[in-house]
Amino acid sequence: MKISREDVLRVADLAYLDLSESELETYRKQIDEILEYIDKLNELDTTNVEPMAQVLADDQAADATLREDIVVPCGVATEILTQAPDPEPPYFRVPKVIER
Amino acid sequence: MAENWTIPGVREALTSKRISARELAGDYYKRIGARNAELNAYLALSQDRALAQADRVDALVAAGKPLPPLAGVPVAIKDVISTRGVTTTCGSKILENYVPPYDATAVERLEAAGAVILGKTNCDEFAMGSSNENSAYGAVRNPESPGRVPGGSSGGSAAAVAAGLALAALGTDTGGSIRQPGSFCGIPAMMPSYGRVSRYGLIAFASSLDRIGPFARNVHDVAAVMQIIAGRDANDSTSTTAPVPDYLAESEKPVKGLRVGIPKEYFGAGMDPEVRKKIEAGIDVLRKLGCEIREIRMPHTDYAIAVYYIIATAEASSNLARYDGVRYGLRVDGDSLLGMYRKTRGAGFGAEVKRRIVLGTYVLSAGYYDAYYLKGQKVRALIAQDFREGFTKVDAIVTPTSPVPAFKLGERTDDPLQMYLADIYTVTGSLAGVTGISVPCGKISGKLPVGLQIFGPPFGEGRVLQLAQAFEQAGGAAL
Repeated sequence: MKISREDVLRVADLAYLDLSESELETYRKQIDEILEYIDKLNELDTTNVEPMAQVLADDQAADATLREDIVVPCGVATEILTQAPDPEPPYFRVPKVIER
Repeated sequence: MAENWTIPGVREALTSKRISARELAGDYYKRIGARNAELNAYLALSQDRALAQADRVDALVAAGKPLPPLAGVPVAIKDVISTRGVTTTCGSKILENYVPPYDATAVERLEAAGAVILGKTNCDEFAMGSSNENSAYGAVRNPESPGRVPGGSSGGSAAAVAAGLALAALGTDTGGSIRQPGSFCGIPAMMPSYGRVSRYGLIAFASSLDRIGPFARNVHDVAAVMQIIAGRDANDSTSTTAPVPDYLAESEKPVKGLRVGIPKEYFGAGMDPEVRKKIEAGIDVLRKLGCEIREIRMPHTDYAIAVYYIIATAEASSNLARYDGVRYGLRVDGDSLLGMYRKTRGAGFGAEVKRRIVLGTYVLSAGYYDAYYLKGQKVRALIAQDFREGFTKVDAIVTPTSPVPAFKLGERTDDPLQMYLADIYTVTGSLAGVTGISVPCGKISGKLPVGLQIFGPPFGEGRVLQLAQAFEQAGGAAL
């Protein structure tokens, strides 16, 4: 077994994801099978291989240097707040985090 | 039977005043009204916006002014691409009522070129899936064979174009999500090179893999849409300044003498024998066109699925952290802030998305990062190297798009690993960052479409379109 019930619970906790009992067991089994499959990567010796951390080659990268940091007006706050589940313009409201 | 419009056909009909842009849009909405209940290809229609745009085009015609390149062309947009004022759900309950305050650059460019945005197309939730069965809004049916899936994740876009409910469509491809549904629905479908098309406004799944690209009914129209959406965008730092060639001119060039590589690793076990026959017939077509067919080796192909499901899920687990019930989308109340996060995400995401978040978080977590994520990045480098070496020997690489034709609805939903394994021929090019197209290569028993995949090097879209166009004109679709 590659992944235990406790592993799934720990990871779901890291990802702030509520899982039901049945989801927990189903995903554990399925992910276990996927991880078994992924083990085939160990057939390859990658000791001297540089990890590929980005796709574009250096000469293709668009931003060789950072652009200048220029302040531009962005008047979309009101519109953005219309999409919030609990807006309190100009803020997003969330459940109380700090007790007095 | 309704007319099968093409981009040049629309242009001709508008300038000769045989039809107005408004009438054309109305005609497409009629078709959608007649067939969408059965196909479930569209999730939302944007009539007001479409008709306003059609009227602008008609005003240009009336004034005798020059028409932009896609004037009046009715297009559909996959629902993971932001459209100002038009609901964008990503096929997820967590964004059920989300209305973006801005347009994706690709959408903005299409509209600036005169295209008429008809609506938003169904897809697997957050583009995670290969059958469109992971949509929170129901599966899409394959218009070529209604008991079967259209492929995924851009299943709605592929089905809409194949059924004539849009002339062209935008989809997104992370591991095959444009090419595979194009193959299943029997239409050409292109994944541009990484960096070629701006992703500003694309709701992110896996940022080192995601691309936006077109579906159309023929290769010429794919090239015409590419011409508009390709190119640098200051709002996407991963879009490159590499010049955009004239794709229509490139696609007209003769293919005689081009070297086409056939990697034997793409013809192994697991491939449907009927698919193999069609692809071999397709390769013969290229040979008769004067291409030089060479066998090549791509030795790391067999590791691509394992790498893909590490990298893609890791990036997804990070990108999807933003759905927390605070700024947009669903909120489910909890007894604390963290409780609210947990309940919102538990209720809002579907099974495949949760599975990938758990897997992606696991491969990134302390103690497993080196064994999985870092190992995945290293093998990804080897897969990219297979392509680099291949392209020193040949001009293009030809493979099947999928080992199987469209499968039956419900046939594979219980076994995620089996579903993942069917992505074997498309994920390689996604990981390497190259471009690829799927073009129709006949139908099994006259009804199940097969797709031939043509890979080109990064920014080699012109070459890929050139081969695809020659293949199409030589009767590839009728094999």
